[in-house]
Amino acid sequence: MARIRLDNISKTFGHHRALERIGIDVANGEFFVLLGPTGAGKTTTLRLIAGLEKPTEGQIYINETDVAEWGPAERDVALVLQQYSLYPRLTVRENLAFPLRSRIRNLSQADIEKRIDYASKTLRISHLLDRKTDRLSGGEMQRVSIGRAIVREPQVFLMDEPLSALDAKLRESLRSELKDLQIRLGATFIFVTHDQVEAMTMGDRIGILNHGRLVQVGTPQEVYSNPRDTFVASFVGSPAINLLPGAFSGGTAVVAPKVFELPVNGAAATAGEGTYTFGVRPEDVKVESGAPVEARIHDIENHGIEKILTLRAGDQLVRASVPARVDVAVEDTVRFGWNANKVIFFDRATGLNLAHKAA
Amino acid sequence: MAEIELRHIDKHFGAVHVIRDVNLTVKDREFVVFLGPSGCGKTTTLRAIAGLEEIDSGDILLDGKPIQNLHASDRDIAFVFQNYALYPHFTVYENLAFPLRAVGMRNEEVDKVVRSVGTSPGITHLLKNRPSSLSGGDMQRVAIGRALVRRPKALLLDEPIGSLDAKLRETMRVELKRLHLENGSTSIYVTHDQVEAMSLADRIVVMNDGVLQQVGTPTDVYLYPANLFVAQFIGSPVMNVTPTVVREVSGEAQISLDSETFDLPRELLGMLQSKGAASELSLGVRPEGVIVSHEDQPGYRPVEAHIIQPFGGFDIVDLKVGNKTLRARTTSGFVEKAGDRVWARIDPAQAHFFDSKSGASLGIRLGN
Repeated sequence: MARIRLDNISKTFGHHRALERIGIDVANGEFFVLLGPTGAGKTTTLRLIAGLEKPTEGQIYINETDVAEWGPAERDVALVLQQYSLYPRLTVRENLAFPLRSRIRNLSQADIEKRIDYASKTLRISHLLDRKTDRLSGGEMQRVSIGRAIVREPQVFLMDEPLSALDAKLRESLRSELKDLQIRLGATFIFVTHDQVEAMTMGDRIGILNHGRLVQVGTPQEVYSNPRDTFVASFVGSPAINLLPGAFSGGTAVVAPKVFELPVNGAAATAGEGTYTFGVRPEDVKVESGAPVEARIHDIENHGIEKILTLRAGDQLVRASVPARVDVAVEDTVRFGWNANKVIFFDRATGLNLAHKAA
Repeated sequence: MAEIELRHIDKHFGAVHVIRDVNLTVKDREFVVFLGPSGCGKTTTLRAIAGLEEIDSGDILLDGKPIQNLHASDRDIAFVFQNYALYPHFTVYENLAFPLRAVGMRNEEVDKVVRSVGTSPGITHLLKNRPSSLSGGDMQRVAIGRALVRRPKALLLDEPIGSLDAKLRETMRVELKRLHLENGSTSIYVTHDQVEAMSLADRIVVMNDGVLQQVGTPTDVYLYPANLFVAQFIGSPVMNVTPTVVREVSGEAQISLDSETFDLPRELLGMLQSKGAASELSLGVRPEGVIVSHEDQPGYRPVEAHIIQPFGGFDIVDLKVGNKTLRARTTSGFVEKAGDRVWARIDPAQAHFFDSKSGASLGIRLGN
């Protein structure tokens, strides 16, 4: 049971400001994801919580107790890294048992067996228990290292890109298994990744970091449909959001240089006239006969369930997702519009979403 | 005109049989993708076509002429590696010029070709830079440009964008397709990423254990997978596959899924019979073929929602069916939370049946 709170945390390495006044409050039993590109400060944040680094400024609280003086062991957190060192001479079973043999834990052999059994079933490594870890594939090794965290039943799981080195299919199945595990354990997870799919599909909430700053914290749906700025907008979602430079005039978005004009409704339509970056997700771009704008098909990607079309209007490219049965060829002429209620207005200079500015 | 034909290709690495009797024709101007997990033989096959690996037996034909005994440099085939393989001490211009100077082309001619080739992958502004100052995407653009300067008959690409980040891969996919459209060279592209394969290919060649599993358009391999391997390798999230028993219940077909049953049209019974279907069957259905409703309707079964994975534009919802999980694709926020009771059915048009033992598809296609 653990709530983790970071209050105004900054971290400096030499002249490099790695983290700038980070405030995060992770609830007990929450699956919290730190998402961002390389160098954003995700791993540093995790290491501060684990007690492997000390903050330059600010406090870290576990269950509202300031843990500044606590070492890593006292914090009762389990850290799972992308590259985890297992004991190569030991079997998987011995590797899993190792953290449990500590005298402080005082676990019976039956308890240890039970925990190993549970962890190995969860991670589908039961058939590997008697194998030496130097005989495992990379994917199997990572599952064993996650298993080593599971058997400890810690207050908090800190995970630093644990799935990044695995192949796509295994990542996909481990995503839901980790989420399922977290629900069953009721444990607090703080999970670091640069992969927005992992963040969206696993996180109760996502904290998005860029250049050491926390840009936005929200549920997957919030960061997807109401991103704080163009960075979040384009980092989250695949295929990527369309960011179109243009001007707003008389209730109409004019995409520059006067390539096309489309109407805007809803809250965004109260924006003042001026230049903006318009954000619209590919699923909100509608390709249909009778739609207002003419375009050529620049590219077609068949994703099985749907096709991602890249439309070319003037020199502007616009991505649209359409059902797979839509039958088109490259360089065909089509017409498109957009869902006028789903257009996001970003300040052209700062990249900030106007809806956030107002709030 | 460049057609590549592989006839009965076999290859061993020691005791490991890495290519097993591979037969394939890649048509002129076609973009074919070899797709499979690591170790499936896709890269070895590609390298064999380029002349970078020898084969044990079989014929490799370029425009009908056997080339398997020709040296790599005499095959008129260009190769793009994942790690770019650019000369670090040369400028981009010199990297592009190198293959031309190597065949003794005059300076003015070299200049003309380098400048014209540079426009297509969008690298003209980089000509004076050295590779070390370039981003990963630009390095690969230069590598592709260099492959194209000699106007090869065929272009072979080995996971060329595998090391780039997700956003850049999306952009590069579109660029690669446009480039192929414009220069038209017959292309073979190797990847383990099914999204890349689906996005880029005219036809996908799915490989596993050195064997061609299926050759078809992206639509073919997605909608009509030839076997369980293809069915589960293509598509994300993965297709639901579960053992099933088909029964006749008051004239209708009923399929079991763990302790639950689902209704399917009665013509399934006759189809299974005429295919001489084995008793051990597997049902396959992609997440979008599991239809979820908030209400109890005819043909729907009550299920409990478990994990919900939001992707932004849609959700993937795990439904508990007995001890099994059936994964469904719904609109965003359709199921509110884990533990919610909803109703589900299987769309007959999206139901696949496989022989559990051989894994082969029974080729059954039901109407709606």
